[in-house]
Amino acid sequence: MNLENLLSIENLINFSYFATAILFIRGLKLMSSPVTARKGIIWAGVGMGIATVVTFAHPQISSNYGLMLLAITIGSVLAWWSGKRVAMTDMPQMIALYNGMGGGAAAAIAAVELVREYTGAGLTHGGVVAQVLAVLGALIGTIAFSGSLIAFAKLQGWMRKVYRFPGQQVVNLLLFAGLLFLGYKLAFTHFGGMDLYLFFGLALLIGVLMTVPIGGADMPVVISLYNALTGLAVGFEGFVLQNPAMMIAGIVVGAAGTLLTQLMAKAMNRPLTNVLFAGFGTGDDGGGGEGPEGSMKSIEAGDAAITMAYAEKVVIVPGYGMAVAQAQHKIWELTQLLKDRGVKVAFAIHPVAGRMPGHMNVLLAEAGVPYDLIYDLEDINSQFPNTDVSLVIGANDVVNPAAREDKSSPIYGMPILDVDHSHNVIVVKRGQGTGFSGIQNHLFFADNTRMLYGDGQEVAQKLVAAIKSL
Amino acid sequence: MEGFVALYIFMLAAFTGYEVISKVPTILHTPLMSGSNFVHGIVLVGAMVALGQADNTVEQIIGFVAVLLAAGNVVGGYVVTERMLEMFKSSKDGGS
Repeated sequence: MNLENLLSIENLINFSYFATAILFIRGLKLMSSPVTARKGIIWAGVGMGIATVVTFAHPQISSNYGLMLLAITIGSVLAWWSGKRVAMTDMPQMIALYNGMGGGAAAAIAAVELVREYTGAGLTHGGVVAQVLAVLGALIGTIAFSGSLIAFAKLQGWMRKVYRFPGQQVVNLLLFAGLLFLGYKLAFTHFGGMDLYLFFGLALLIGVLMTVPIGGADMPVVISLYNALTGLAVGFEGFVLQNPAMMIAGIVVGAAGTLLTQLMAKAMNRPLTNVLFAGFGTGDDGGGGEGPEGSMKSIEAGDAAITMAYAEKVVIVPGYGMAVAQAQHKIWELTQLLKDRGVKVAFAIHPVAGRMPGHMNVLLAEAGVPYDLIYDLEDINSQFPNTDVSLVIGANDVVNPAAREDKSSPIYGMPILDVDHSHNVIVVKRGQGTGFSGIQNHLFFADNTRMLYGDGQEVAQKLVAAIKSL
Repeated sequence: MEGFVALYIFMLAAFTGYEVISKVPTILHTPLMSGSNFVHGIVLVGAMVALGQADNTVEQIIGFVAVLLAAGNVVGGYVVTERMLEMFKSSKDGGS
């Protein structure tokens, strides 16, 4: 091979894709530690930039450069605009939306390939394996596309109801069998245009039907699953187009996403099959367990502030309710005041606090809370017996001792934060209701628990004012 | 590319993906999901090839949609991941 061949455009492109694959893997690795995470996304971004630019010179691209630039511009501007202005609390549904777009893109690539085959132009690269993977990628990508859009609509509050009908799973199964049959036809036989339409229509429908019965509380696991599925679809279409960057990145994400989905499901104590095929957080589990004994005892903000100000160690347990009330900035102010008085303050975060694992960390980070004050469930639970005051704000099920004690409770077995082991518990809550899941919380009735009623932000404000005036 | 080479690539990539994030702390689950979401935005490259060889209107329309969606995946995924990770600070870097 002489130098001229070595520097051919094909080699340049292949070398760039190779570099991109390395940058992606390095980026993901860096993203798994909070110290280096920011560098990670930037490295991955550089890889993406290189791959995109060199692809304009790809030998298989012969026309439509104008359309290409137009599509890239429109897609980028819309995504940039929406990504910049989305509130941190709405992050989960935004991720679902962008993920759905990726799945849709993978499915559309497969559609182009299949249309080429139908019209007689043939797959870009023939072969039975390519045929099968094109169809599989189309199927998975389409399901991830419509499923993610439904997940987005649900979390965004556009679709509040959980739709279920008798025999739903049987219907899903039959539709899926039909889909597989059509997929078989597309992959191995001469198919008609009708088969193509039916195949994509059915795949879209199944994505919708799979997602509508799933309750809001389980949605993060589902989004993570669709993320992994999109990765797989991208990897498969990468084979069809003989593009190693797509193959590697897609499968890496497919595997990482699968692991992440498992970790999330485990943190919620919900096997994945339960999330997909059984209802929870949907209301049909009802209260569960008999009502706890005792009564709720309330406390005023002033007294609560004094209790905390003279404590040695305070643990704050925030939940999604805190974020909804936009109280995280006030809570951080409160934390700083307490720290100035020499009180040790830590944040305890349950894996499913917020709307997806890690979401609460993002919200606290936004308020300026350094991540070394924030502890995971495993690290903090042993500390509760030495804690003077636990301040629970906007969290409910994740501190319910029923998960430890009451076998009849629907959340029995879920790992919880053992705040009831601390000397005093102060629960900030709007009213006396049972909240999101409808399960009675035994913690609220415990002897060492005091209820501080009110909106999260107002209460935090009052606590700050009370401590300032001490 | 021969089928078996592809199979090896798939196998190695799967193990890599699994290993790379196996020790991730819970606090990074959301940004990492978002980051991996960005990485599969590489589908943009394939979408560009699909549109670039489209030679009739149907293929052009589908290809156009593919590139548009993929570009949204790339840019949106990057912007939100970067925004989230930018906020993660330790008390040593002056916390608040």
